Amino acid sequence: MKQRISLALLFALSAVLAITSVSAEESSHPEIERQKWSFSGFGGQFDTAQLQRGFQVYQNVCSNCHGLKRLAFRNLVQPGGPEFPEAAVKALAKSWPNQITDGPNDEGKMFERPPLLSDPIRGPYHNDQEARAAQNGALPPDLSLMARARNVERNPSWWIHPFLMIGDIAHAYQEGGADYIYALLNGFSDPPADFKLTDGKSYNKVFAGHQISMPPPLSDGAVPYSDGTPPTVENYSRDVVAFLSWAADPSLDTRKRIGWQVVLYLIVTTGLLYLGKRRIWAGIKH
Amino acid sequence: MGGRTSNYVATTRWGKWLDERLPIGRVVKNQFIDYPTPRNLNYLWTFGGILSLILVGQIVTGVILAMHYQPSATGAFDSIEHIRRDVNYGWMIRNFHSVGASMFFFAVYVHIFRGFYYGSYKAPREVLWILGVLIMLLMMATAFMGYTLPWGQMSFWGVTVITNLFSALDTIINGLGTAIVEWLWGGYAVSGVTLNRFFSLHYLLPFVLTGVVVLHIWALHVVGQNNPTGLDLKEADDCIPMHPYATSKDAVGIFAFLLLYAWFVFFVPDYLGHADNYVEANPLVTPPHIVPEWYFLPFYAILRAFTSSFLGIPLGQYAKLCGVVAMFSAVVVIAFAPWLDTSRIRSAKYRPIFKWFFWFFLFTCVALGYLGSKPAEGVYVVASQIFTVCYFLFFLVAMPIVGIIETPRRLPRSISESVLGKGGGGLPSGAAAAPDVR
Repeated sequence: MKQRISLALLFALSAVLAITSVSAEESSHPEIERQKWSFSGFGGQFDTAQLQRGFQVYQNVCSNCHGLKRLAFRNLVQPGGPEFPEAAVKALAKSWPNQITDGPNDEGKMFERPPLLSDPIRGPYHNDQEARAAQNGALPPDLSLMARARNVERNPSWWIHPFLMIGDIAHAYQEGGADYIYALLNGFSDPPADFKLTDGKSYNKVFAGHQISMPPPLSDGAVPYSDGTPPTVENYSRDVVAFLSWAADPSLDTRKRIGWQVVLYLIVTTGLLYLGKRRIWAGIKH
Repeated sequence: MGGRTSNYVATTRWGKWLDERLPIGRVVKNQFIDYPTPRNLNYLWTFGGILSLILVGQIVTGVILAMHYQPSATGAFDSIEHIRRDVNYGWMIRNFHSVGASMFFFAVYVHIFRGFYYGSYKAPREVLWILGVLIMLLMMATAFMGYTLPWGQMSFWGVTVITNLFSALDTIINGLGTAIVEWLWGGYAVSGVTLNRFFSLHYLLPFVLTGVVVLHIWALHVVGQNNPTGLDLKEADDCIPMHPYATSKDAVGIFAFLLLYAWFVFFVPDYLGHADNYVEANPLVTPPHIVPEWYFLPFYAILRAFTSSFLGIPLGQYAKLCGVVAMFSAVVVIAFAPWLDTSRIRSAKYRPIFKWFFWFFLFTCVALGYLGSKPAEGVYVVASQIFTVCYFLFFLVAMPIVGIIETPRRLPRSISESVLGKGGGGLPSGAAAAPDVR
């Protein structure tokens, strides 16, 4: 009994500590907040209209410097993605400014041609050297995996660490990359008075070291939206982050849908097996 | 329990014919159906079955992944993305395999701590225990090499850091460490050559591991299972046949575990990994924090606890060597537990002092895991040093001394007395656990 009480006390104490240090933590890292995404959590799915708008932002803004090489044009048609009509994507590929190097042809020469549905969505540069030469030494990274390749660092106090971990796992939180990119796109500002900014760099409160080679990419009204969504930086960044999250994890919709079927099956089966086990052990003291 | 008389009777002509040539049915009947299991096993004893299942699962998913994977510095990262995006259900197989490694370690750690709590390492189970430690070592080697294969930033820099550890041997014999490291790498740096050999070994070691698992189960079936009281099987009433009792309980344990496994696979597949591993390996860019997978963190913390000084003791050029020796010792010392623990009593249930040391040891391991994930600086280093000392003190001081000074609680005479609350009978140990004795 004494043990039970001390255990209960321990739990109560840790719960109190958990709550206090979460609030303390939030105040020390105000810059990267967790956003609400349609695809977050264990039930989340992508919003097709949002992915379409996000691709529009990528096409109009990001693709001027960044490639998306792990995605083919055909992926823009497939279910669970932006689901553009095939004809539209074919036309898009045909007019895509960044051509595909193919060949050799019958004369042994390499040649450039417009991409097909099966070709990757290339950025403007053929290689890293060309990109650096054009971008003042900076390399615009390929964006295919960006939403998976970034995360939000959290530094909770040690006693709170396990609780936050269990909380994240239980909530199926995997959107650290999305939250980071969203914060980065909205994190541009004038540098503080005492900050010495290198020429050609921009100040960003989220980026490590606060100096980023990318100038603020988005501005209100830069991309025309046709579905009535207000054309603001806030909306652009939200939509393009959703699009990049899909690009980095195109099977998310299927994964979570199958996941629920698997989890339900396992819950029912575990329950039945447990009842069976109780029946088998009914006459056995153990 | 190995030499018990068998009550297997081949019923068909074909069965009799086979039984005289390869008595496989007899072995299954004796070892996995009638096999006497203690009646008081709790759900912690289902982890053996869970681990066997994960091993098979890892081999099956691994063989399928190998069909699509390219072990080369230029192709590895792309082929993983090909599996995630273009192979039918490739994302699922890949998640099962990568999450499977974590689940494997989670289950094996539960299994090991169960052994510590109930004294499963004590005579006559020493060989069984040592085989278990060997399995853990093989698992670690396999997992380490497997983590190299995606060829992301963390893969590359993890290999670089860990293989470089062997260069610490240079402080004993000049040039020896460097020679070993270059031999491991197959060159003067981690490269595609390294990746290729690690892939080969990653495919090989699980089968070696399976062999040792067979020995582990064999040894288990010779000495019999331990149980929560830690008492030997003395009476017929102490045991029940494996099937349907232990098997039905195992099934519940396995499916409950699969539920956890599936949660990770389908909802948080990347949670246990590191975001940097979605960046292709780049020898020119070092990530700010190089951390291993979570299951290596306690050992990583021990390794890094040895900075230029350890709790005030200056280590100088031997710092790295001390760290490496301590890290490997942390695993090897587990194998000596049967001889370090001086108590005759197995189960911590009846060991009032050891019980507290056990829980503190568990806390030590978790704390080391946490510290392993933190940068090696300031208070984290001091804490790592203190907990490293605690880790070894548990084995080298607590285990021998507690066994001598502790007065154990009163032990029940037998399992049946503890379960059924009656006095023990007089049957010799190892009596058959036929169902009719109930």
